[in-house]
Amino acid sequence: MGWEIWVIVTLSRTLAYGTPLLLATLGEIYAERSGVLNLGIEGMMIMGAYAAFSTAYTTGSPWLGIMVAALVGGAFSLIHAFASITLKANQVVSGLSLTMLGLGLSGVLGRGWEGKPLPVSIPEITVPGLSKIPFLGPVLFEGQNLIVYFSFLLVVVMWYILYRTRIGIAVRAVGENPATADSLGINVNKVRYLCTIVGGVLAGIAGGYLSVAYRPAWTEGMTGGMGWIVIALTIFAFWNPAIGMLGAYLFAALYHLSFRLQPWVSPELLKAMPYAFAILVLIAVSRGTLQKKMGAPAALTLPYSRGEE
Amino acid sequence: MKRFPGVVASDGVNLGVRQGEIHCLLGENGAGKTTLMRILYGLYQPDSGEIFLAGKRVKISSPSVALAHRIGMIHQHFRLVPTLSVEENVILGLDEGMGPFLRLGKTRKKIAAIADEYGLSIDPKAKVWQLSVGQQQRVEIIKALYRESDILIMDEPTSVLTPQEVDQLFTTLRTLVDDGLTIIFITHKLDEVMQVSDRVTVLRYGKLVATLPTSQTDKPSLARLMVGREVVFRLEKNPLQQGEKLLEVIELQTLSDRGLPALRNVSFEVYGGEILSVAGVSGNGQAELAEVLTGLRKATSGQIFLGGKDITNRSAREITDAGVAHVPAERIKMGTVRNMSVRENLILKDYRHPPFSRGIFLNHKKAEANAQRAMVDYQIAAPSDNSAAKLLSGGNIQRMVLARELSGNPRLIVAAHPTYGLDVGATEQVRQVLLRQRERGAAILLISEDLEEVMALSDRILVMFSGGVMGILDAEGAELGEIGLMMAGTQHEGVKR
Amino acid sequence: MKKPSLFRVERRPVPSGHVVVLVSILAIFAALLVAGIFFQAYGVSAIRAYQLIVKGALGSKLGLTETVRRAIPLLLCGVGLTIAFRALFWNIGAEGQLLLGGVAAAGVALFSGLPNVLLLPAMFIAGFLAGALWGLIPAALKARLGINDVITTLMMNYIAIYLVEWLIHGPWRGPTMRGFAYTDKFPSAATLPTISWTRIHWPTLLLGLALAVLAYLLITRTRAGFEIRVVGENPDAARFAGISVLKTTLLVMIISGGLAGLAGVGEVAGIHKMLLGPTHISMGYGYTAIIVAWLARRNPLAVIVTSLLFGVIMSGGDVIRVSLGLPFQVINLFNGLILFFLIGSELLMHYKISFSFRRQ
Repeated sequence: MGWEIWVIVTLSRTLAYGTPLLLATLGEIYAERSGVLNLGIEGMMIMGAYAAFSTAYTTGSPWLGIMVAALVGGAFSLIHAFASITLKANQVVSGLSLTMLGLGLSGVLGRGWEGKPLPVSIPEITVPGLSKIPFLGPVLFEGQNLIVYFSFLLVVVMWYILYRTRIGIAVRAVGENPATADSLGINVNKVRYLCTIVGGVLAGIAGGYLSVAYRPAWTEGMTGGMGWIVIALTIFAFWNPAIGMLGAYLFAALYHLSFRLQPWVSPELLKAMPYAFAILVLIAVSRGTLQKKMGAPAALTLPYSRGEE
Repeated sequence: MKRFPGVVASDGVNLGVRQGEIHCLLGENGAGKTTLMRILYGLYQPDSGEIFLAGKRVKISSPSVALAHRIGMIHQHFRLVPTLSVEENVILGLDEGMGPFLRLGKTRKKIAAIADEYGLSIDPKAKVWQLSVGQQQRVEIIKALYRESDILIMDEPTSVLTPQEVDQLFTTLRTLVDDGLTIIFITHKLDEVMQVSDRVTVLRYGKLVATLPTSQTDKPSLARLMVGREVVFRLEKNPLQQGEKLLEVIELQTLSDRGLPALRNVSFEVYGGEILSVAGVSGNGQAELAEVLTGLRKATSGQIFLGGKDITNRSAREITDAGVAHVPAERIKMGTVRNMSVRENLILKDYRHPPFSRGIFLNHKKAEANAQRAMVDYQIAAPSDNSAAKLLSGGNIQRMVLARELSGNPRLIVAAHPTYGLDVGATEQVRQVLLRQRERGAAILLISEDLEEVMALSDRILVMFSGGVMGILDAEGAELGEIGLMMAGTQHEGVKR
Repeated sequence: MKKPSLFRVERRPVPSGHVVVLVSILAIFAALLVAGIFFQAYGVSAIRAYQLIVKGALGSKLGLTETVRRAIPLLLCGVGLTIAFRALFWNIGAEGQLLLGGVAAAGVALFSGLPNVLLLPAMFIAGFLAGALWGLIPAALKARLGINDVITTLMMNYIAIYLVEWLIHGPWRGPTMRGFAYTDKFPSAATLPTISWTRIHWPTLLLGLALAVLAYLLITRTRAGFEIRVVGENPDAARFAGISVLKTTLLVMIISGGLAGLAGVGEVAGIHKMLLGPTHISMGYGYTAIIVAWLARRNPLAVIVTSLLFGVIMSGGDVIRVSLGLPFQVINLFNGLILFFLIGSELLMHYKISFSFRRQ
């Protein structure tokens, strides 16, 4: 029954590849919900990948690598936050410059690290018992790792925070109508800073995951444009963490299938679909009421100053 | 008893409001009502004077402090986030000591209790964008009550409501007051004052004119207090040489941005050589009227004739080409391109025509000559005709706008609040310019809130209220009291020409 | 009571031309300085690196010509972007528009069967139209539906990349290429002549220079240019003046996309003479062009200078890649730093700091 194995492997690889997509998307959802567009994700991810790899290689601890990756991502996003929020610079340009910087810096710093094998990577985990469940068992509980499980938890937590807590309401208000939020005592800039940094930290972790867990190795440019898929994914997710999870796995599946289905379907078509989907989603929510229900945060990319009433 | 003597900018205002009453603040725009209330709500700080609450002196330095003192404000433009639900909006910004988590159950119960007690039925889970305007206002009230406000300040609350919703609001207000709350109600509508308030304070030009129990006054008296009794200084102007009928507006209707009726069956005529002023408090349809006449907004029904030709719903460009000039209310936002030069701003209207245009090219030399001429004619002070418009002062920007719009001898001039925010010299100059155009034979529709200006400049006065024409009078012999009444909602018996 | 201050910071509403140039140069130097620090920290002598760059890009005949040929697509894309930016249309999609231009050129070269004389002109026209079309889609989406232009242009880039990949792996794979993912080589009538032994495909260069001048004239001297500027500076005033924001947006993107498309034709017909992988056709020209246009302060003529500057950086990057073993990504490092310091300098330009010892 070869097709069973085929499905299991596909699902399993989808889960693995979808995890960094999911992590970075969750972060970007928060950033955009608060009104900040972060086009620097690609740069933050690749810097995270480099930081994690080099740290893990030198210290022997991949987990330390992930932590450093998180810090690096956070630091980059702090720069973006400062430029976009405090200095009110153009968010598009600020983000792009950080991506270029990240790609360039990681390339320069990473020279010489290529080809080095990572002695200790994030361990694979097989959960005894649970992994015997037909179908889902091998997919979910065999050969994945803690970060994958962490991402599941994160989806739940972030969804809950966004929709069921005071913090989440503040975040959503700030991204929709910062003037109103401000007049009710919410510190708009603080909320935006926090959300942007969360986005950066998660992007860093996502990058670290790639170099230390998914395929433990460092190659320059190894993120391969994943950062841009995250931007598409954030839209496709309608800025909702739960849909983001589905979208991440869908896009990951498309990516994986683009290789597997090569004899029958053009891989380029599948790989291009995430981007086309994002545009279609934007068109779909551009009309009146749908815009309000599921559209982009109204204040996205617009800096806020008090007194512009 | 709660008294708050306070100071508004430079004019001493002593305002006393009793607990458990509905107190109306009446006045035209610019009379100082909103400023006074903003001080009370902590958005502005008084330059001098004090506020007493229940006899104790308080300092209200910010809205949070106001809220702590149980003062709640419901703004004219709601402070709601449309994509959030009612209950989310109610607790936005609140820290109820429960940490970051929500006990939505508790919130919902409290909201339901408030709703029941005051008859404000609402679905807490509904998203605000789905609610009608009246319902949204109810959310604002619930917000204030949730924060246990004792004093509610409402800024022109009925301006966006339908008549039924207004009745519902008043019922709600009376219920609140029966429960011991105090309501300060800002309005310019006399009907409402008479209908719902216990006492009324009239403000004019930042000064307090009178505070009376409503039962001891009537609409005409209030109107007179509102607009003043002084003899109005009239400008030297030549007698009216009325020309042909240039503008005819028939049963014009249109909707506001919110989709509510903004113009209701407006009809009037303007003749060459006369100034017809549209008086009335801002927000009663004047902006929409100007926009429909100049092609920036679609009329939903009715017709507009310019010199006999139908120009209803034609594009802005066509209307301009037909000889209509528009001096916009928002001179910087709509009428100027700040980063472009004075010279370029001056040809914003005519750049498509010779001599400024030759084929696809612009003729800069002619634009330069034009600019220099205009700067002399209209006394526009700027470093050079090539300097950016954003360097100009407000008065000079208006001079620039006038120079541009009035070039080409327009037949009809729609001037919306042309002297708003200008200094004395610029104001004078703008008025003189309008008078000169009048002498030239142009038909001028002047929209203004400044009654003094209206009385001084107009040949005839049209008063708008709530999107409709309350009356059209000859300026000669018009009484301020009459006009005041119309501005505040009373229809004049028989529309005079 | 004001605190005593050593210096005052005033807002300067309109920075003068000199200030702009000065601050821009400072920004570039700051970026190069920081890049140098990174080099040093990584064991590469910054001085040596810069020496190599200058010698490599400007000090030799080969270097100079490489600099110029790198500048050609930057020039075309950059000029197009200045037009788009003037209307405040954030065209991040020059990369994709360039690729589409290359695709169209390849299509004409390989499959159109046109007589040789017509091949090159047809390729340029087709390339312009293809790029324009690619730019028109996001323009229509923004003008009609209000959809964010940054995101749509960005997404279209990737769709374009995969389109090229599909073509070279699939229907257009050259049978003579022995399994490599390229199309056939173009017939020689479909390739651009270059200046003797260099790689400078001079027709495209001339086109670029001419279009820079034309774009400048468009913006400053024509009615359409006037309308573009008004739309970009104040859409409300544009509507007030009767200007169609829709038509202007579409026009702007036809030009911007079309010019990027021309750049694509140049690369494909002048350098590679075939259609190959998207990352070989354009090494981020579309993105670098954003910085080129930004640095040029949206002035098409200034793009001639700024595109050369980035040509230096790109060909210099090649040199130090070979001699110092640094990856090609080092160019991104320069680009990122320069762009970043440019943003910072924007703010600097609008404030004037005057020193005084007065107490206020």
